[in-house]
Amino acid sequence: MLLGRVTGEVVATHKSSSHEGLKLLVVQTLELDGTERPGAPLIAVDSVGAGAGDRVLVTLDGWGAMTAVDRFPAPIDCAVLGVVDEVKVEGGDS
Amino acid sequence: MRLGRVTGRLWSTIKTPEHDGKRFLVVQPIDAAGGDAGEEFVAVDAIGAGAGETVYWVRGREACIPFYPEQVASDATVVGIVDRVNQAE
Repeated sequence: MLLGRVTGEVVATHKSSSHEGLKLLVVQTLELDGTERPGAPLIAVDSVGAGAGDRVLVTLDGWGAMTAVDRFPAPIDCAVLGVVDEVKVEGGDS
Repeated sequence: MRLGRVTGRLWSTIKTPEHDGKRFLVVQPIDAAGGDAGEEFVAVDAIGAGAGETVYWVRGREACIPFYPEQVASDATVVGIVDRVNQAE
């Protein structure tokens, strides 16, 4: 899994039926010390009610993502699994 | 999933049979502000997206799921047309 920060949400009315009712969060991935990773954001289905500004735990495996929102089979390859309270890493916390 | 902009289409007559009737889209990966973010690639269309539209797409093994029970070979499939991206400031 990766650490990320929710920066927003995607609104899409015309989408795969298996995505109906799921929030599509825009997540910028972070290093474990909290610094932002470069590159385009992930679009993750939300399974815990995370919102903009939250630091979150993200899976990039489809099967894990489908499990998180209990939708099998569905074209989902990324999901937010939790809101992160704290990270302790040798040589520095965040 | 990831964000992208449809920049073109690809046609192929001689191809694997399960791709018959499927549309191939050329997609430019983009960031939340719409800026280019990576190399263009080819995706199968599962939602009827057109050129210029902002879309989101799924990659890897899950890319063939939209076509179940048909077994369509794909590692990138467009599964949604984006109305807007709400970015918190």
